[in-house]
Amino acid sequence: MYWEPEKETMEREELEQLQLERLEATLNRVHMNVPFYRRKFDALGIDTDDIRSISDIRKLPFTTKNDLRENYPYGLFAVPLREVVRIHASSGTTGMSTVVGYTKNDIKTWSNLVARVLTAGGITKDDVIQIAFGYGLFTGGFGIHYGAERVGASVIPISSGNTARQIKIMQDFKTTALICTPSYALLIADTIMEMGISVNSLSLKYGLFGAEPWSEAMRKEIQDKLKIVATDNYGLSEVMGPGVAGECLERNGLHINEDHFLVEIINPETLEPVPPGETGELVITTLTKEAFPVIRFRTRDLTRLIPSPCPCGRKFMRMHRVMGRTDDMLIIKGVNVFPSQIEHVLFDIEGTEPHYQIIVDRKGAMDDVTVKVEVSESIFFDEMKKQNELMDLIKRRLASELGIGVNVRLVEKKSIERSEGKAKRVIDLRKI
Amino acid sequence: MLKIKNLESGYGKLRVLRRVTMHVAEGEIVTIIGANGAGKTTLLSTISGLLKPSAGEIAFDKQDISRTPAEKVVFLGCSLVPEGRQVFSSMTVKENLVLGAYVHYRRNKRDHVKMGIDKVYGLFPILKEREKQIAGTLSGGEQQMLAIGRALMAEPRLIMMDEPSMGLAPLIVKDIFSIIVRLREEGNTVLLVEQNAKAALGIADRGYVLETGRIILQGTAEDLLSNKDVQRAYLGRDLDTETTL
Repeated sequence: MYWEPEKETMEREELEQLQLERLEATLNRVHMNVPFYRRKFDALGIDTDDIRSISDIRKLPFTTKNDLRENYPYGLFAVPLREVVRIHASSGTTGMSTVVGYTKNDIKTWSNLVARVLTAGGITKDDVIQIAFGYGLFTGGFGIHYGAERVGASVIPISSGNTARQIKIMQDFKTTALICTPSYALLIADTIMEMGISVNSLSLKYGLFGAEPWSEAMRKEIQDKLKIVATDNYGLSEVMGPGVAGECLERNGLHINEDHFLVEIINPETLEPVPPGETGELVITTLTKEAFPVIRFRTRDLTRLIPSPCPCGRKFMRMHRVMGRTDDMLIIKGVNVFPSQIEHVLFDIEGTEPHYQIIVDRKGAMDDVTVKVEVSESIFFDEMKKQNELMDLIKRRLASELGIGVNVRLVEKKSIERSEGKAKRVIDLRKI
Repeated sequence: MLKIKNLESGYGKLRVLRRVTMHVAEGEIVTIIGANGAGKTTLLSTISGLLKPSAGEIAFDKQDISRTPAEKVVFLGCSLVPEGRQVFSSMTVKENLVLGAYVHYRRNKRDHVKMGIDKVYGLFPILKEREKQIAGTLSGGEQQMLAIGRALMAEPRLIMMDEPSMGLAPLIVKDIFSIIVRLREEGNTVLLVEQNAKAALGIADRGYVLETGRIILQGTAEDLLSNKDVQRAYLGRDLDTETTL
């Protein structure tokens, strides 16, 4: 089943013509409308008229998350705000998160691309879709929601959390498709078992999971426990949100919506393209975005392209499921967390030492974070009350900075192992 | 059917087209919209071989025509209805049509001429009524019909039209545009250059927005119609003063 067969099965030659047309028009628009790109291109002596083929894109500079932060909130918008009908921000609750906007046409395109991904994952208009992604600034909830409505399915916008209620609704509303993070799907599965509910009594058939990295083993577990067909999909708010790429029922790589996104895989150190099929960092250029086009955005996600044709008949190139990150960003409960954010909070709190360790583990299906912090010796001689106060303060500050709750453990000075060279700040015990 | 990559063209040292990449697929109506001086006519003149491009590729049915002389381009199946009609004003309607069939005389396919004229008269019955009239005495709308008819006489597979609505009363414009739709229904492919963006996007499948020799937007006609830049610049809608629709 295809959502847009004439697009999804387009011949390569035809696709490349379309990509070039769209790339050139996008470059003309960002040069005209976004001072950031104009200045950057001019400073490097780049005439956008010299970009005459898809591979010429390598002459252009990269755009990074930092560029987005420095232009917070609206600096990279290519249209006036009155033409923007929706604003989202990437996860991370700091004042410097990244803000993206959508015109009416962008929302239409986005819904359509999500509809492609949903259709590829088995969804039809007859499905009852339970969207357990967070609704709000995060693009996951609304992105999937609009696509699911576009397909014509019955959408349950339940949002995330309250697992018992999720399961009750799943039973009562006869949900046929679950959409959330893979770890939440596992939690739901485990809770169903704990509650003594038979999975066979549910109507679930499909699950589309994304927003965090997961593994084949995890897919197997989810499929076995929930008795569904589980597919992976990929997107990021800086580029659009969900709808960038998604698996078909072959479940062997994610088809990239190449008529709307131009992808490159680069070596994150040399920044040169890797040989075809090799692993590197995914770089994306948007080809049709009106409000928030990005040129060569470095996703920091590691993957590789799968050039061989897919038995499903789609001609769009597949990417391997994301294998990791090129920076130290952690994805915890679907939220992006940088160790530097934690360091920043600890630095501002009196009584703590600049030594800490972040331990990420999985309790059941859910991520669980413990921050070990060294504290000045004096505090251990004092009464418990003072220790508890400090612990609460750190917890509160971290929760407000990161947007997720974490455990805090105070430890004695020098009890965290010192390493020569780069400190090992993060211990990720999650097995995905 | 038509595929253009990084086309550059102009007059002498004046570079009008900076870098144009676009395509027209078989059976489509594609429109190029843009303000005066954007390069729309230059683009059509370059495709039809009247101007030589300084760089870039033009492929018609996968054959490079960027250096092909104008009469050969017509021969290959790509005809132009020029801006301002440009009918032979001292000749009769029928003579104008016969001249359009020039390629068939060359091919010794004279029966095609008779069939072609009948077909054009079927499409534009008014031309049959005015068969013997001197073309210069026709109304603007009739002259436009004659110009289209003349182009059709070569039996093109791609018909390019440069501002067919120019200087015509709204009612006549409607007629001309319904003819364009009919041409497509009969299997023709149409590349339409227009300043009347609303009318053009109303019948087109896709469109390109040309600005100072570059394409700044492309997409389905529906998407372009809902693009705010297009609305402001080409559809004459002032969104700020507009209240409810």
